[in-house]
Amino acid sequence: MNKRKLEEAFFKGLMLLSTSIVVGSLLAVFAVVILKGAPALSLSMLTQTPKGGYYLGKEGGILNAIIGSLYLASGATALGFLLSLPIVLYINEYAGKSRFASLTRLSLDVLWGIPSIVYGAFAFIIMLYVGARASLLWGIITVTLFVFPIMTRAIDEVMKMSPFKLREASYALGSTRLETALKVVTRQTLPGILTAVLLAFGRGIGDAASVLLTAGYTDSVPHSLFDPVATLPLAVFFQLGTPIPEVQQRAYASGVILLVLVLLLSIASRLSTRRFVKYVIK
Amino acid sequence: MNRRSKDIVASKLMLLATIFSSLVIFIMAFALFQRSSPILGTQSLSELFLTSSWHPTKGEFGFYPFVIGTLSVTGLAMILAIPICLLSAIYLAEYAPGKVRGIVKPLIDLLSGIPSVVYGLWGVLLVVPLIRHYVAPFAGATTTGYSVLAGGIVLAIMVFPIIISVSEEVFRTVPFEVREASFALGATKWETVKHVVVRKALPGFLAAIILGFSRAFGETMAVLMVMGNVAKAPSSLFDPAYSLPALIANNYGEMMSIPLYDSALLLAALILLLVIAFFSILARVVLIRVERRSV
Amino acid sequence: MLRPHITIQKLNVFYRERHVLKDITVDIPEKRITALIGPSGCGKTTLLKSLNRLTDLVDGVKVSGNVLVDGINIFDNGIDVTNIRKKMGLIAQMPNPLPMSIYDNIAYGPRIHGVKDEKKVEQVVEHCLQAAGLWNEVKERLNEPASKLSVGQQQRLCLARALAVEPECLLCDEPTSALDPISAQYIETQLLTLKKDYTIVFVTHVLRQARRLADYVIFLYLGELIEHGPAETVFTRPSNPRTKAYIEGVFG
Repeated sequence: MNKRKLEEAFFKGLMLLSTSIVVGSLLAVFAVVILKGAPALSLSMLTQTPKGGYYLGKEGGILNAIIGSLYLASGATALGFLLSLPIVLYINEYAGKSRFASLTRLSLDVLWGIPSIVYGAFAFIIMLYVGARASLLWGIITVTLFVFPIMTRAIDEVMKMSPFKLREASYALGSTRLETALKVVTRQTLPGILTAVLLAFGRGIGDAASVLLTAGYTDSVPHSLFDPVATLPLAVFFQLGTPIPEVQQRAYASGVILLVLVLLLSIASRLSTRRFVKYVIK
Repeated sequence: MNRRSKDIVASKLMLLATIFSSLVIFIMAFALFQRSSPILGTQSLSELFLTSSWHPTKGEFGFYPFVIGTLSVTGLAMILAIPICLLSAIYLAEYAPGKVRGIVKPLIDLLSGIPSVVYGLWGVLLVVPLIRHYVAPFAGATTTGYSVLAGGIVLAIMVFPIIISVSEEVFRTVPFEVREASFALGATKWETVKHVVVRKALPGFLAAIILGFSRAFGETMAVLMVMGNVAKAPSSLFDPAYSLPALIANNYGEMMSIPLYDSALLLAALILLLVIAFFSILARVVLIRVERRSV
Repeated sequence: MLRPHITIQKLNVFYRERHVLKDITVDIPEKRITALIGPSGCGKTTLLKSLNRLTDLVDGVKVSGNVLVDGINIFDNGIDVTNIRKKMGLIAQMPNPLPMSIYDNIAYGPRIHGVKDEKKVEQVVEHCLQAAGLWNEVKERLNEPASKLSVGQQQRLCLARALAVEPECLLCDEPTSALDPISAQYIETQLLTLKKDYTIVFVTHVLRQARRLADYVIFLYLGELIEHGPAETVFTRPSNPRTKAYIEGVFG
């Protein structure tokens, strides 16, 4: 019996070690990025766009990228939502358990796994075809494509779980499928929808490969959808690539900003779902 | 418009959106194929993928270094990640007290939300210097630190969340009765986990690994930032390498100015799409079967 | 004279706030078949599962009291639970084959308890499958997954599997309720043969089955021990009116 207990204790130790490695890497990422980036963080970083000579170490900040990312992520999330909600409602309320619904879910899952660079390459091809230039609009379109499978499946997972008796009650009162879908099921799924939206927003803000080819880069805040737009991830990437130490420091600081934004989104997602769970029927 | 017609119109629009979502992947594959056909016309597939010389200006497009680069960094990441993820998933599903799960699971979720440029940044700040100054000298090699090893480590951490969360869920679907049978025969918890739970959950676990592999295969920015991007197949862990996604990301600017370059890069994108789509479908189908059996 | 094999003293089991078993004190005789009877939900399965401490696996269960097997209290601090469970084989209501071949299902128990010699394992597998009356039906296909067997065959597999660890007792939780009449009869016949070597305790809510098999009867109602005694006595001259009412089918 001792040998068996020993084996169990040994593997328990390995398990704890592995879990610690996982948690530890998370902490390591946060710690290193924040420690290196915080010193270079200043108010001007957040509130100014790059002035002349910024890339050589002179004044300015990355407001262009902050605002740019916010515009882009908001646009993509909104557009993505407009695409996701009908799809989720259709496969849950109209197509139910049919093979069509399963096939759609499979397609969405496959899309979910496609890396953003492929979406970027695809969008680039379309842009060449229509003769468009890199701009906020195309960045939004690309990120929407990238993000809508994630949003759709996230909402779907929650909607699948809502009890049938809810719909039964609504139909028994004489509502159409649309009314049941929009007024009852959506409300029940609200926490899930919110989480999905915040999740998508986080992806939209943080992804670089999709916007690399399609959104361009600029030092100013875009005034129209057809202007190129700077994004936070690219700000980190480009600034890191320069040989000038001050600019590299700013890259670290930009990384901190991005990281903190993602952290806040994650916390917001957890807190807000709690608030909205009031009306949900279990 | 009365209620009934609203319902009908809405359902038609929703159907449209849904059909669109299933077609997107085919549209993308088609477009990429169209744009990469020029280069497919000039050389055979084996020529393209087995030659190593990559000189676009001279019209030489040997993809071999990039294929090896991608495979080696992804392979290393999986070798590092699989044991760690298996043990962590078992711990979280079978052993961890509720409170520990309640803390660790959100943290793992958080890991999955970190943007890849931040991972790349972290890699440059910590992993690359660590390899240059400590690991390589210890192993008797010299390197700038930008290497397959650096890419493998960063990539492994990036795939922890997906492998752990899918595996953990799969372990939890193993029904209680089967565990009870093992315990009733006098097995310890570990023996039950080792011989019964993991065995029952094996297909699902493999699916989780495949999903992790797909994620690692397509990862762009982080790998680009720490692997060195040298177009030569790496011969050791400490050599720099160049992955297919990094190739596309680094060179899209010159794509249009050199003949066939755009075709070549878009072929790389097509390969990524096809490989990842294939493995994703495989993994998902397995997971669907696992779910169906446990109901 | 019936010798006690298991002595239960003031056993109380709580599941969250519910008092599932109340002050159970009774002896289970050695090498006899004891039936635990009573209406559904009265704690019979809980009593059975406390005897091999499978109740430990459920969250929110609290147990007090003693269960002595051959004089040793299974709830003592230093006790090795896996050893207890080896002594007390359990057959569940729904057959629960392990996700392995027929052969490996039976071999699982001996292997984890240290039998290294594969020849010996082979012998044990054949012997137990014979004792469970399954050998002839599966001897040609021992490497097939156990899940391919019919429900009746699976339950006999579970019986063979339980025998393979060389227990002293067999605890059976409604072992035939999920089976067709032919398989059920098969199991009953095996139990009758096995009682010469094992102490058998089985839970049933089918009184006719209890009458057919039991040497000793324990009647539980709402978690309390109402009456116990030799089967002959309890079934023909029950001393407690509630026992009489249950046996006559007034309730349950």
